[in-house]
Amino acid sequence: MDTITSLSRRGILKMAAGALIVPFAFGQAGGDASKPLDPSEVDSFLVIHADGSVTIYTSKVDVGTGLATAFRQTAAEELGIPIERFNLIEGDTALTPDHGGTGGSSGIPRGAADIRRAAATARQALLDLGARQLNRPASELTISGGDVIHASGQRATVASLIGGKRLGRKVNPNAPLKDPATYTVVGKPILRSDVPGKCTARHPWLQDFTLPGMLHGRVVRPPALGAKLLSVDEASIRSIPDVRVIRVESFLGVVAKDEWAVVRAAREIKATWSDWRGLPGSDGLDHYVRQAPVDRDQTITNRGDVNSALSSAAKQLSATYFWPYQSHASLGPSCAVADVKDSGTTIWSATQNPYGLRANLAKVFGMSHDKVRVVYMDGSGSYGTNGADDAAADALLLSRAAGQPVRVQWMRQDEHGWDPKGPAQLHELRGALDASGNISAWETQLWVPDGPQGNRALLGPESAAMAQTHGQGAGLMTLNLDPPYPVPNLRVVSHHLKDTPLRLSNLRAPGKIANVFAVESFADELAAAAGMDAVAFRLRGLTDPRAIEVLKRATGMLDWQTRLSPNPHAAEGDLLVGRGIAYARYKQAENYVAIGITVAVHKPTGKIAVRRIVCAHDCGLVVNPDGLRNQVEGNIVQTLSRTLHEEVTFDQAHVTSVNWASYPILTFPEAPAVQVALIDRPDQPSYGAGEASSAPVAAALANAIFDATGVRLRTVPFTAERVKAAFANA
Amino acid sequence: MPQYKFRVNGGPVTVDSWDPDQPLLYILRNTLVLRGAKFGCGLGQCGACTVLVDGKAVRSCITPIKQVAGRAVTTLEVLGTPEKPDALQAAFIAEQAAQCGYCTNGMLMSASAVLAQTPHPTLDQVKQGLAGNLCRCGTHTRILSAVMRVAKV
Repeated sequence: MDTITSLSRRGILKMAAGALIVPFAFGQAGGDASKPLDPSEVDSFLVIHADGSVTIYTSKVDVGTGLATAFRQTAAEELGIPIERFNLIEGDTALTPDHGGTGGSSGIPRGAADIRRAAATARQALLDLGARQLNRPASELTISGGDVIHASGQRATVASLIGGKRLGRKVNPNAPLKDPATYTVVGKPILRSDVPGKCTARHPWLQDFTLPGMLHGRVVRPPALGAKLLSVDEASIRSIPDVRVIRVESFLGVVAKDEWAVVRAAREIKATWSDWRGLPGSDGLDHYVRQAPVDRDQTITNRGDVNSALSSAAKQLSATYFWPYQSHASLGPSCAVADVKDSGTTIWSATQNPYGLRANLAKVFGMSHDKVRVVYMDGSGSYGTNGADDAAADALLLSRAAGQPVRVQWMRQDEHGWDPKGPAQLHELRGALDASGNISAWETQLWVPDGPQGNRALLGPESAAMAQTHGQGAGLMTLNLDPPYPVPNLRVVSHHLKDTPLRLSNLRAPGKIANVFAVESFADELAAAAGMDAVAFRLRGLTDPRAIEVLKRATGMLDWQTRLSPNPHAAEGDLLVGRGIAYARYKQAENYVAIGITVAVHKPTGKIAVRRIVCAHDCGLVVNPDGLRNQVEGNIVQTLSRTLHEEVTFDQAHVTSVNWASYPILTFPEAPAVQVALIDRPDQPSYGAGEASSAPVAAALANAIFDATGVRLRTVPFTAERVKAAFANA
Repeated sequence: MPQYKFRVNGGPVTVDSWDPDQPLLYILRNTLVLRGAKFGCGLGQCGACTVLVDGKAVRSCITPIKQVAGRAVTTLEVLGTPEKPDALQAAFIAEQAAQCGYCTNGMLMSASAVLAQTPHPTLDQVKQGLAGNLCRCGTHTRILSAVMRVAKV
């Protein structure tokens, strides 16, 4: 469509000096086809090449988290081979072993642990090979700098021992591991290898990936979630050149060689859809969630006698908290390239779970697993299951119909409107204090849409009337509902709703952010009722030294003065200033995190300015302190955005928050100073850190706002209008 | 088919476009194979598509090609390379000021426009200069640190 007439393609490419992308097609593995994939084999994870370089193979994917660098550090450390020699191939079902997808902060605790065990086994194999070559007992050998070394000075390179050949060993779960006290690579702030490319337009992005003969595709989503396609007026886009309309039942798409042509065609095509108004609307959603039919009640904790403890208590409190539906709101809309051939189908995707996507696509499209290859490429951050898997199904549907490779990138309204959402959550809490201000009773009740598990329905196949499962899982929603403080009479119940207005998926730290918001806000309310300083109240109940340390570190960074809330000296002109704290042990079993926030609330407008956030973070052994810091900072700032601004709105037909104006996120002028203290514990296992520091953010902010204003915000987002309304009702 | 002549990264180009309203972004990415600028929203709301036109940061996703004729476009590709990044890119790398990096193009192009106009901006000026650029990963503090590194030189 568009041609370059005055500049050669070669010249342009030189100008771009772009990322070299080798387009793999189905059946061309792009490597040794005999490489095993079985996760019980060392060779599935690690290949030592003839030049002494090493490739790590993993089904876990980076998605901008720094995981790939942490994996290289882990393998380099355990093998004694310099980190510069390591490459990594991630998420390719033709090349990488399946040791799970990325999610739930499992990348380090499970992913790196798998690679560590494989590398430790490989290390033993290399020592055995070195023993034979050097004629020395393996027990006298070490590996350093990529060489097997004997104290006498004898050495052999790992390349000379195994380069280009298979080790042929099973991963030994008991292979001796290096003593963390001797680490020289793990624990260092190694720079990520992807950042220079990302800063110079050289990174191989999924969104930039092309294939010869590739068409661009766009999907026309219905104007109402359940609307059926009645008719299409193809003449309505006749003025746009060379566009082909593809229709499968109610699935409507357009493909063309020219991307702008399909963008316009998808926007302008006239189609008639059936009427559908099946949503409750997001106004008053808290009442809807509270009254919606419950599928099952889950008693999570039940000890003592909560009811009688509540009724006999010196002081009783109750409060209701609400968290709205939220979107992953990826900055780059979801994308996929599909190439459907008779010999097999290849999908390039930024999915967090390449094997899971392959299994689902194979099932829904009736293909055998060995005829589907999913190849991960970095895309926009996803923070859970965004639209990536749906875009893959869209591209597959279009490529299958068009008989050519098709690239689909969603438009902004598709991503905001149609990504599966993090669910709304409503919490009712009741608590009681005894005469000395101890918590004598506590009850948490959660209402959450959380239906049947299994694959969620993919949008394209749903429109195309293909049979599929309709899972409504959103992750582990019910952790961190228990208070982290000792309570003799405690009941924690989760009411799982039968249905959900919007499709669900895991969104960063599923459930836990809202749960900690409710629990740690309520703890603050109890502290105020007990007439105690918020930190002193918490410290009185904590016994775990790691919990106490993060709380003390965070409050130390904030220069916390022991006193009651609200702040007696809050006024600074039109501003009211205050501080808040919140603590969580993530999933009640992993990272210890305390977050402190200082805030200024503009009294006339209700506008919240977060001045400073401090975080003390203990995730056990730290693999890469700078990568970890980046994740922790990201968790904090993203959750601040979710707390201040984010709410998916919908009417009876569809989502109405479909762009950055109607679904705003945090902007630079609002960005607070963030200070993170990492507590490294090399003798303790690593927990993942992609989520944990999200959990206490909203509660710390609500507590700071209470300290500043005396007003308690219990509904997210904390918009200026909501603050003003709270002032008016105070 | 209408032709449009302009300069890209210092060199002259002539491109055809069947639609005079085709946004510059698609011409850059698909016709000229310059894919540093990213599609984020198509609405001029997020800044991922930012390029410089005559030295000013513009949203290429809402800039029709007909308005680019005769002008000079600068894209991320020309600032520097991984081996030889320019000062701002080097600062982003030193601060590790990216997570997914999808917004990074826009951050670099908008910040370079800010620095070209105000070589030593305050933190508040940088925040205002990047007010139209969204980052979803929450890398704000690092991006600000990276720009301030250059601002202080």
